[in-house]
Amino acid sequence: MELLRVENCRKSFDGEEILKGISLSVNEGEVVSVIGPSGSGKSTFLRCACMLETMDGGFLAYAGKFAAKEENGKVVYAPHVELKEIRKTYGLVFQNFNLFPHYTVLKNVVEPQMIAGKTREEAEKKALECLEKLGLSDKAKNYPCQLSGGQQQRVSIARALALEPKVLFFDEPTSALDPELTGEVLKVIRDLAALHMTMIIVTHEMNFAREVSDRMIFMENGVIRAEGKPDDLFNSDDERLKSFMGKLSGN
Amino acid sequence: MSLDVIFLKLMSGMGVTVSIFLLTLLFSIPLGLPITLARMSKNKVLSALSGIYISVMRGTPLMLQIIVIYFLPFYGFGINVTAGYRFIAVIIAFSLNYAAYFAEIYRSGIQSIPRGQYEAALILGYSNTQTFIRIVMPQMFKRVLPAMTNEIITLVKDTSLSFAIATAEMFTMAKQIAAKEASLMPLMAAGVFYYIFNFIVAIICKKVEKHFDYYKI
Ligand SMILES: Nc1ncnc2c1ncn2[C@@H]1O[C@H](COP(=O)(O)OP(=O)(O)O)[C@@H](O)[C@H]1O
Ligand SMILES: [Mg+2]
Repeated sequence: MELLRVENCRKSFDGEEILKGISLSVNEGEVVSVIGPSGSGKSTFLRCACMLETMDGGFLAYAGKFAAKEENGKVVYAPHVELKEIRKTYGLVFQNFNLFPHYTVLKNVVEPQMIAGKTREEAEKKALECLEKLGLSDKAKNYPCQLSGGQQQRVSIARALALEPKVLFFDEPTSALDPELTGEVLKVIRDLAALHMTMIIVTHEMNFAREVSDRMIFMENGVIRAEGKPDDLFNSDDERLKSFMGKLSGN
Repeated sequence: MSLDVIFLKLMSGMGVTVSIFLLTLLFSIPLGLPITLARMSKNKVLSALSGIYISVMRGTPLMLQIIVIYFLPFYGFGINVTAGYRFIAVIIAFSLNYAAYFAEIYRSGIQSIPRGQYEAALILGYSNTQTFIRIVMPQMFKRVLPAMTNEIITLVKDTSLSFAIATAEMFTMAKQIAAKEASLMPLMAAGVFYYIFNFIVAIICKKVEKHFDYYKI
C-alpha cells in the first residue's frame, strides 16, 4: 500500500528555487534514505512533505488521501479538518529533538496522546511501553535538560512512536549528537526498520543508510539526481554521486 | 503629634501602599497577555491599536495618567465621584500602565521561544491554542521572570506617585506629617519602609525564579 506520494514538489525561498520538482512514492514497510550535500534541499523537502512549509507547486497525499494539489498553477491544501486527520498518519523526528523542556520525559510522551483523545491511563501505559522499548524507563521522571543528546533524541523518537504513525520522517537525527552518542540512536532506527516501520530518513551516515534502506535517494541542487537500491548507488558511475560518497567515507 | 500617632498614621498608609501594589499586580499581570496577543495578532488593526496603547502608556508620565483617570469622570462626563474613587482611580491607572509594560515583556518572551517548539507541537497534533497555552506560555513566563522582577520592584517605588491625587498611601501620609511637624523623620521612616518592602519583594521574586530552575530552556 502506498503511504506517501509526492509529485513534482517545488519550493522557492526569496525567489530562489530550492526544490525543482521532487517526486517520491513510499510504500508501507519501506525504508527510504535521502542523502546529498548540505544545502541541496533535503530538509526543505521533508518539511514540505510534513507540511511545515507550504509547497509552491506539486501534489501531496498520505495513504491515498490528498493533502495538497495544484489547481490553475496554485497549490490548494485540503480543508483544515482533513489536514488534522492526515497529520496523524506521520511523525517527524527533528535534528535538534525539539522536546518540550518544561515537561518531564513522561509528560512529553503522554500529552500528545491525550491531545489525540486518549485517556491518561491509556496514554501513560503506552508511553511507558515506548520508553521501555527505547531503554529509557529510568528517565521517565527526568527533564530533557538532565539527559544526554542521545537520550533526548530517543525520547523524541518515543514521543513520535507513541502516536502510532504510519510513516516516520527523520531529519538528520544524529547530526546534533557527539560521535559517541550516534550509535544508540542509529540502533533504535535499525530496530524499527527490522519491525518494518515505514521511514524516510535524511542522513549523512552512509554505512547506516546502506544497511538499513530499501531505497536511497541522492539529492543535489533541489533535484533527485539518483535513486535506487543502496548497492546501485554505491556502485554508480555518476561522477557527482561518487565524489559525494567519496568525501563522506573519506572523513 | 506624639510618636505613636505618627507611627499609626504611617501604618495605615503602609496598608494602602501594599494594597495598591498587590491589586496592580493582580490586574496587570493577566491584562498584559491579551494586549500582547493583540500586538502580535495577524489582524493589522488590532495590532496597531495595541501598539498605540502600549506606546502611549509607556510614553507619558504615570502621574499624568493617574490624574487624568481621576478627573476623567467629572471633566469628561460630568459625573461626581465619591471619595472611594480616589483609590479605584489609582488602581485603574497603575493596572493599565503596568499591563503595557508587562505586555512588552511577554512579547519579547514569546519571540524568544524557538520555532522548533511550535513545529514539534504542530506535528504532534496540538492546535494553535493548545500550543500557546501548554507549550509557549509556561516557557515564556520562565524566560520573562527576571525582567518582571525589575518591573515589580519599580512598582513598589511607583506606588508613591499616587500622592498626585492625595491617596492616603504611605508617601502622601509621610509628606503631610512631615509638613505639619516640620520634621524629616516621617519621610525617613517611609524611606526605610520602601526599602524593606522592596527587599522582601526581591526575595520573593528570587524564590519564584528558583522554583522554575527545575528545567532549563
Ligand atoms: N526558511 C528559509 N528561508 C530562506 N531560505 C531557506 C529557508 N530554509 C532553507 N533555505 C535555503 O534552502 C536551501 C536548502 O536548505 P535545506 O533544505 O536546509 O538543505 P539541506 O537540508 O539539504 O542541507 C539552503 O540554501 C537554505 O539556505
Ligand atoms: Mg538539513
